[in-house]
Amino acid sequence: MVGTVDETPAVRTLQLVVPGWPGHRPGQHLDVRLTAPDGYRAQRSYSIATPADGERLDLGVERLDGGEVSPYLNGELRAGDQLELRGPIGGYFVWDPALGGGEPVLLIGGGSGVVPLMAMARARRLAGSNVPMRWLSSSRTLADVVYRAEVEQLAAAGDGFEVFQALSRDAPPDWAGHRGRIDEARLTEVAWPPEAGGRTFICGPTTFVEAMARALLKLGHDPARIKTERFGGTGAP
Amino acid sequence: MSQTDLRRVDGNALGGVLGDLFAADLTLATTTCAGCRAQAPLATIHVYLDAPGAVARCPGCNAVLLRVVRHETRAWLDLTGIKVLEIPLGPA
Repeated sequence: MVGTVDETPAVRTLQLVVPGWPGHRPGQHLDVRLTAPDGYRAQRSYSIATPADGERLDLGVERLDGGEVSPYLNGELRAGDQLELRGPIGGYFVWDPALGGGEPVLLIGGGSGVVPLMAMARARRLAGSNVPMRWLSSSRTLADVVYRAEVEQLAAAGDGFEVFQALSRDAPPDWAGHRGRIDEARLTEVAWPPEAGGRTFICGPTTFVEAMARALLKLGHDPARIKTERFGGTGAP
Repeated sequence: MSQTDLRRVDGNALGGVLGDLFAADLTLATTTCAGCRAQAPLATIHVYLDAPGAVARCPGCNAVLLRVVRHETRAWLDLTGIKVLEIPLGPA
């Protein structure tokens, strides 16, 4: 590990240099394995936040209180420390600018579920792509919004990237984004019309992902164009 | 929302362990449930990682599709619940 960036109180970026890394596609993850001095091993999957860039990549790690792995990665790990990795993993939850001939894209992230979506948004910018892309994220409070400044910058470029933020628990009085959980009415406003033939990627806690996917199906979206990645019950946005 | 819902992830999480055992990326495969015959991308089947290994269940009927346990030098893979695994191959 070569450095860290604290994105929010709970989410930290780990900047890694991985000798021999074969490259990866935006949306893929990797497994981190920790071995304790007594030989006990624990392994967890983390999403890659950056497009392929030689041996450099960033991971986004949410610290889960009582977790076995994340409090070490997002807490004790220091620049210069070594990690054991396996990856890249998964060809399903993947988007890159060459895919799909300009079809519009909707990225929906709950909490730290925005991490693999950020790799897609960064890949789009890096390629100079004008593919219409909408970013919809749900966070508990303003302080919990991961990558807030960077996605605002991407939107300010005016090249077809739009940002929609929702705060589910507590929003400042002057908050102009969505308040409360994302509902069908909000999805109707933000999602591309079903007939636009867009692709949707949803990542986050299991209940969030399934609620979003269910709502899109109800609104008439093609299930084959919705890809999901669930990371369980913790950190509900 | 039950405790079972909170523990559930999906087949994307099997990519690492199955990647050690197969030459193809099985997260891109389509599974056919031996019980209810429902078809689903392996990346979307329900997965529980808190057993000694991983247990995958059919999103349609909840039958066990796959169990995999991996130790340092050996792996055990039970595919009894999958009738067919359709695996896309790269361009020839």
